[in-house]
Amino acid sequence: MRLGAGTFAAFCVAIEVLGVALFLRGFFPAPVRSSSETEHPAEPPAPEPAAGANSNWTKLPPPLFSKVVIMLIDALRDDFVFGSKGVKFMPYTTYLVEKGASHSFVAEAKPPTVTMPRIKALMTGGLPGFVDVIRNLNSPAVREDNVLRRAKAAGKRIIFYGDDTWVKLFPKHFVEYDGTTSFFVSDYTEVDDNVTRHLDTVLQREDWDVLILHYLGLDHIGHISGPSSPLIGHKLSEMDGVLMKTHAALLAQEKKTRLPTLLVLCGDHGMSETGGHGASSPEEVNTPLLLISSAFERKPGDVRRPARVQQTDLAPTLAIGLGLPIPKHSVGCLLFPVVQGTALREQLRFLHLNAVQLSKLLRENVPSYEKEPGFEQFRMSERLHGNWIRLYLEENNSEVLFNLGSKVRRQYLDALRTLSLSLSRQVTQYDIYSMVVGTVVVLEVLALLLLSIPQALGSKAELDVPLWSPVSSLLFYLLLLVLLAVHVTVCTSAESSCYFCSLPWLAAGGVMMLVSALLCAVLSALAKASVGVQHLRENPGHSNSRWSDVELLIFVGTVGHAVSLGASSFVEEEHQTWYFLVNTLCLALCYEAYRTCFLGADGEPPCCRHTEGGCDSTAPVGDGKASCDVLELSQAHRSPASLDGPQGRDRWLVLASPWLTLTCCRLLRALNTTGVQGAHRPGLGHWLASADHRAALSVLAALSLLVVFALVQSRCSRASKVAMALGLLGVYCYRAAIGSVLFPWQQENKDISKGIVEARFVYVFVLGILFTGTKDLLKSQVTAAASRVRAGGLWEIHSGLVLLAALLSRPHNLPVLVSSLAVQAVMAKFIWKPLRHEATDVTVMHYWFGQAFFYFQGNSNNMATVDISAGFVGLGTYVAFPAALLTLFATYMGPVLWASHLLNFLSSEAGSRSALSRACFCYALVCSLPACAYIILVTSLRYHLFIWSVFSPKLLYEGTHLLVTAAVCVLFTAMDQTHRKP
Amino acid sequence: MKDTDIKRLLYTHLSCIFSVILSIFIPSFFLENFSILETHLTWLCICSVFVTTVNLVLYLVVKPNASSKRSSLSYKVTRLLKCCIYFLMSCFFFHVIFVLYGAPLIELVLETFLFAVILSTFTTVPCLCLLGPNIKAWLRVFSRNGLTSIWENSLQITTISSFVGTWLGAFPIPLDWERPWQVWPISCTLGATFGYVAGLVISPFWIYCNRKQLTYKNN
Repeated sequence: MRLGAGTFAAFCVAIEVLGVALFLRGFFPAPVRSSSETEHPAEPPAPEPAAGANSNWTKLPPPLFSKVVIMLIDALRDDFVFGSKGVKFMPYTTYLVEKGASHSFVAEAKPPTVTMPRIKALMTGGLPGFVDVIRNLNSPAVREDNVLRRAKAAGKRIIFYGDDTWVKLFPKHFVEYDGTTSFFVSDYTEVDDNVTRHLDTVLQREDWDVLILHYLGLDHIGHISGPSSPLIGHKLSEMDGVLMKTHAALLAQEKKTRLPTLLVLCGDHGMSETGGHGASSPEEVNTPLLLISSAFERKPGDVRRPARVQQTDLAPTLAIGLGLPIPKHSVGCLLFPVVQGTALREQLRFLHLNAVQLSKLLRENVPSYEKEPGFEQFRMSERLHGNWIRLYLEENNSEVLFNLGSKVRRQYLDALRTLSLSLSRQVTQYDIYSMVVGTVVVLEVLALLLLSIPQALGSKAELDVPLWSPVSSLLFYLLLLVLLAVHVTVCTSAESSCYFCSLPWLAAGGVMMLVSALLCAVLSALAKASVGVQHLRENPGHSNSRWSDVELLIFVGTVGHAVSLGASSFVEEEHQTWYFLVNTLCLALCYEAYRTCFLGADGEPPCCRHTEGGCDSTAPVGDGKASCDVLELSQAHRSPASLDGPQGRDRWLVLASPWLTLTCCRLLRALNTTGVQGAHRPGLGHWLASADHRAALSVLAALSLLVVFALVQSRCSRASKVAMALGLLGVYCYRAAIGSVLFPWQQENKDISKGIVEARFVYVFVLGILFTGTKDLLKSQVTAAASRVRAGGLWEIHSGLVLLAALLSRPHNLPVLVSSLAVQAVMAKFIWKPLRHEATDVTVMHYWFGQAFFYFQGNSNNMATVDISAGFVGLGTYVAFPAALLTLFATYMGPVLWASHLLNFLSSEAGSRSALSRACFCYALVCSLPACAYIILVTSLRYHLFIWSVFSPKLLYEGTHLLVTAAVCVLFTAMDQTHRKP
Repeated sequence: MKDTDIKRLLYTHLSCIFSVILSIFIPSFFLENFSILETHLTWLCICSVFVTTVNLVLYLVVKPNASSKRSSLSYKVTRLLKCCIYFLMSCFFFHVIFVLYGAPLIELVLETFLFAVILSTFTTVPCLCLLGPNIKAWLRVFSRNGLTSIWENSLQITTISSFVGTWLGAFPIPLDWERPWQVWPISCTLGATFGYVAGLVISPFWIYCNRKQLTYKNN
């Protein structure tokens, strides 16, 4: 069956997306879950084990503390409290650590060290997997069991002041709250004053049980000026004052109540040396955890280094302290020093409760849980515990009882540690089988694409796809049988849960059929290619074509980028790679332009020699091609002699345009500093986005919108010109309504709305323009002047996308949109058209520019730079599907706009019937090469230190990019089909 | 083209390489605490001066294109002045290109400019020596098939390899190895130097190996 190269490529990318999805499912382990729903809180607590004896203690033990204050300081690093900074700036805290009634620990936070998952870890005791971070970009309510929910169910009154992430995570949990937004990072006094101003009144009152304070200022200072800034010291002293005040008030309250109180000082994550957080360096991971209560023993002169614990350990400790059931998903173990002051029977009861909870979680998550050492330890200690209870109830000799009791306690502690460890390891176990199947699919598709290059980029851009031959070949059935056998073997012997095995049989069989069919296709393509090579060797006359400099650069750049992804620094700083490549590309184009203009015009044929081979080099490009065969793809040479060099003013524009592009790129680079090394450097964008420079931002935004209109309108129909103008006006109104830009006549303080009306006003025009474009495209199927109508329709669609991009991009990013349009126009008019580049070259250049603009927008390979606010433009509440679509478009704006420009450019070029098809093939190939390389690299680096902080987010980006590519390829193919119809 | 020509080429190139090596070792006799990495800027200046001097001397001694039609003093002086201006212009041109590539605009101006100077020394100075201040000749040499002698061929190879060396030298900058030579612009200048030396070494051999296939327009 003959298939167009574009269609073939679209199919390939679609299959590749499937493979990548399977790989991702295997790579990102599902978080540890308890299958029993949280809807049954009435589940009775585990009774005390009593071997034969009759223990009647089946209820939960009573609370140890009457009031708990949790003081969470964002980005509090361990050395801020226990190090020299703590001694210097936090004297009261240091006094408490060294001499007071307190227990201090260094709590290790698991990456991603970002506030929201850390709060979840502190309160649920679970480890939010990486997928959770993605799933909860908009931080909806915590659905898992957690301490706060238990406390609320037990009738505790919780008060919260601080970061409003808590309010979003735990809606309706607080009887009183005041959330401060962490949106304006530049503010580090107001956010904390907003918390402290409540303290005086609330500490006098007695109508609460849990008080949570979340101070953001320290984190903001870190983001602004790093951990060595003098501001840090001031902030730490302020925090010390708050702690002293709180502690004093709690001590005063304690006199009225019978039970002691608990004050917890902790950090959610640390702070790296540059002041950021999110990764897994020791500075970001280690946080202090200080528990202060008069119930603890004073320890004068005890200056041991604080013990290392997990951050998740706080949740079970709090639950025990408040007399609540331990949250079900908690993987933490009780901080034993906290309960050390209680009677031995109670201590054992607490440990037993925690061990029962952990072993239950283990049973639900690990199929072979009985073999786990932790579980065995737990069983043994439970039995011993029972014996101890019997002895206790029989009131045996207290000496014996005590010795046995401490033995049980030690065993319990061991069991808890082992259980907790094996549960945490669950979260980081890969589902290798699914990963392998996904990788195989992706690799086969890539091999197929690579092997079909000669045919697909040939003159007809068509290729033979042996679609039916596999069905009849013996090899296919043999492979299928073998694969199914492997599948059965793997799935029946698998110890850990495997996603691919849990698929229904039909789906798994389908994937297996796909794998073997692809393998057959690859083999047949390989056979064909080897025949072609032999054929070529017999008559070597064809093979003396060489690549031009630009093509060489394109090849080296594409392969080099794919290889560079193996280094974590190059992944973090991928934007540098693309900027570098695009710059080099511009310089190479500049060189080519100069050569063409100066030497080509002289009438000297400087590069005739290598084109003499197969084709007549002086024939027009399109016609000369048809007479040559297979190796046409590299016969891409236009001899500049055959091209009458551009004349007069145009000539100078041709020479100037690469420099214009270079300047644009340099300016954009300064606009958004992205990546890890550059993140702390203030970009122009930060300056613009800060509230003080709103007037400058307004002028810039207005100018940008005007230029966008000027650049887009020339090729639009009249109706869409008007629509575009109104739409862009609406964009400005929207930004003014949400308060990021100003109208000149408007006063400074206007009430800020969500701008829903304005945004929807723009959406109407976007849809209108897109609709007109589609209508034109459909019309071009029937009318006579098809190509003109079609080009118009395509441009309308492009301008519709531009309008949508203008709406979704943040106002300081509008210059990116403008320069993207300007560079497109300039390059198309003065470089690609006059220099007559091949469709494939132009495609790769578009891809490169698209990637560079992806980073110019301020994106990076880090989840934190995804602009989620784009998903809420014009939507009153969070609606999953449109929000995801809008965020996707806003993130991949650059690549999508460049792809749509490519479509316009190629279809406006006359006489290039197969250009679109070849471009589509080339685009698919260029996108899938790094994706495949990256999948293999990630698989081999899966135990790398930075796998979670650097490589995994990039993997998600790569998967999403492939999805976008698939959409682009389908669009290209659709256009190609309409184009081909006579 | 004779083998003697190639031999002469090889000797001139060896003396150029020698000048680069000298610029590393000689200054340590006169200056205290001299090392390439720590007093990088000093080394850049010295290396640039050495290489320029050797190139000029070689130009005067070897005279690869001896067909100077006019030899009046005023012509020579204007030519020299023109060469100086071209050299300065090329320094500024490279500086602009480095900034376009992402070098900081305001900070480290001296470093960037000296880097431009050394790259100009490796590329522009030989061009000026061999071709004179004649842009069209330059373009001819650097287009694919416009070579007229082995000198131009070797010039093409050394210049391109200097550029490629500089280009590759930028790669280690984003890596997080925290080495002293990763600081801007040390890795790039070192890359340029290695590229230049590699070009000097490679070009005579390449020309020798390909002497059968190479045909120049004039011969």
